Amino acid sequence: MAEFLQQLINGISLGSVYALIALGYTMVYGIIRLINFAHGEVYMLGAIFGYYAITTLKLPFFAALALAMVLCAGLGVIMERIAYKPLRNAPRVAALMTAVGLSLFFQNFTIYSIGASPKAFPKMQQINWSFMGATVSNGQVLILFTAIALMIILHFIVQKTKMGKAMRAVSFDQDAAKLMGINVDNTISFTFAIGSALAAAGGVLVGQYYGVVQPLMGTLPGLKAFVAAVLGGIGIIPGAMIGGLILGVAESTISAIGYSTFRDAVAFAILIGILILKPAGILGKNVREKV
Amino acid sequence: MKRKSFILIAMLLIASLLVTACGSKPAEAPAAAPAGGDEGPIKIGGIYPLTGAIATFGQSSKKAIDMAFEEVNANGGLLGRKVELVMEDNKSAQADSATAAQKLIQQDKVVAILGAVASSNSLAAAPIAQEAKVPMVSSSSTNPAVTEVGDYIFRAAFIDPFQGQVMANFATNDLKAVKAAIMTDANSDYSIGLANVFKDVFTKNGGSIVSEVSFVSGDTDFNAILTTVKNAQPDVVFVPSYYDTVGLILNQAKNNVGFPENVTFLGADGWDSPTLFELAGDAANGHYFSNHYSPDVDSPEAKKFIEAFKAKYNETPDALAALAYDTAYMVFEAIEAAGSADSTAIRDSLVKIDLKGVTGAIKLNEKRDPVKSAVVIKIEDQQQKYFTTVNP
Repeated sequence: MAEFLQQLINGISLGSVYALIALGYTMVYGIIRLINFAHGEVYMLGAIFGYYAITTLKLPFFAALALAMVLCAGLGVIMERIAYKPLRNAPRVAALMTAVGLSLFFQNFTIYSIGASPKAFPKMQQINWSFMGATVSNGQVLILFTAIALMIILHFIVQKTKMGKAMRAVSFDQDAAKLMGINVDNTISFTFAIGSALAAAGGVLVGQYYGVVQPLMGTLPGLKAFVAAVLGGIGIIPGAMIGGLILGVAESTISAIGYSTFRDAVAFAILIGILILKPAGILGKNVREKV
Repeated sequence: MKRKSFILIAMLLIASLLVTACGSKPAEAPAAAPAGGDEGPIKIGGIYPLTGAIATFGQSSKKAIDMAFEEVNANGGLLGRKVELVMEDNKSAQADSATAAQKLIQQDKVVAILGAVASSNSLAAAPIAQEAKVPMVSSSSTNPAVTEVGDYIFRAAFIDPFQGQVMANFATNDLKAVKAAIMTDANSDYSIGLANVFKDVFTKNGGSIVSEVSFVSGDTDFNAILTTVKNAQPDVVFVPSYYDTVGLILNQAKNNVGFPENVTFLGADGWDSPTLFELAGDAANGHYFSNHYSPDVDSPEAKKFIEAFKAKYNETPDALAALAYDTAYMVFEAIEAAGSADSTAIRDSLVKIDLKGVTGAIKLNEKRDPVKSAVVIKIEDQQQKYFTTVNP
């Protein structure tokens, strides 16, 4: 029982990071129907910005987290303006290929500028609590609570602010939104900024939790977060959170019962399963598209 | 449309994973006659991981090899000719090791190859060297399979069965351990080889293996498997892997999973890198690993090497540097003894080599593996402390 609880805690910590990254995928998809494959790299860059903010600028953890989020939000906007905006009316495959290209560019540019070797992310003072036989570390609590706090803020922005209303309107019908006087370009940029900031937060949290950052760390979590977004129903914000948590717990469970080498395979098996059984995702509604 | 594009993307993702997973088969090498030539410098190739996961191994090996080449050339070279090093970076990867071997043999026409470091990398390059009949001397690949590739493949390090046996006996006799857990890198020949021997010897000593888990190199999340290991309540945990993963494992074991103080982690020569201390911090203290050499070992060869290395690079050489230095001298000696820079002649005299090296006396057995002693090192205050020497 204690072991089960412990693995559940491990899984939820991992899952909340997937959820943070998946939110960015889902928001961007929801608004311009684009799978932004460079999103995993934004997560990686966030972790690396956080690393330098702590080691070089000697910032405390939360200041570093905020700085990484701001930098990545800016990066997200630049990325959208330079790479995706010119392609907004092009076929969807063109934008998709651009995303893959951007992802490779970010990876290799990072390797070129800071080297490929892994860097040790400084750990904060460690505190462990015992809870019904399981150990909870402050690193895990930090991940969970930061993730929850960010998700609540996101929910508030999307539901209660004017910008959030604009985002929902653009997502529902871009042309109609434009006719109603909504600045569509700014709304899309804002979505990229928020999604990228969340990914950066995920990166910094993971760096601190596992103690390492490196230029290729974004690939697999990026793909898994994509799976999480599809699992919950892509384009649906609560879906991304649910998908992320399910994926994290599934991975921990598989490791716990002794099949740790199949861990990555499980994520993609879930993707195949959901595409066959419920292609719209857990919270998704089947929409008939007119041909 | 929406559904179709998702299925398409999913398939693309899976296909891309498959492609990366199978990309490591070495291409067949057409037999090329490596011409030593009688004029110009004697060219010797090197395949080392200068970048990638185990880059610090390659970097310190390269420093020592550069030093060995400079020394020989300063003393007039070999057979009246200069020696020239052609160094290739294998990026710590199998596929690049095979490509590097092809390039060295076919384009650079080297007479012998030094390297690689990781057993899996050496195993990728060895068949190509064997096919072309160019002797290859690995400095630190400890998996027995490496020299089994053929009679042109040699090494300067002891092999895994010995290393695994040293640590299993150390756990039973010195640490009085009865319950052990093993964490293996399922993607590494080195890791699997060591784990199997440790398991055999430890059970023969009367101990029991309470937990066996595996991971894949490149993983960063070890919390789940460490939780499984912790709940099995072992006395020792054997982690035969490389420093980049071991550093994270030790860090997460202490800080995330909360391992009790009395559980000792044991490892092998793959731990030997300053990066391990960076990644693990104080979580590395109190654990042990076996190694080829320690700077505290007292022998005239080691002293001379350490002094020269410190003078040149202003740092203490690690075991990888010492082994790479010995590897270079094995080939130099063989060329001198053969009186020729012909690949086959070098091979024939390598078999009979008897070198007093930095890492001990190097004499090869019939499998072209050296028979030599190992040292056990304890980590204290994030420093390596010489603990004991174990003879074969």
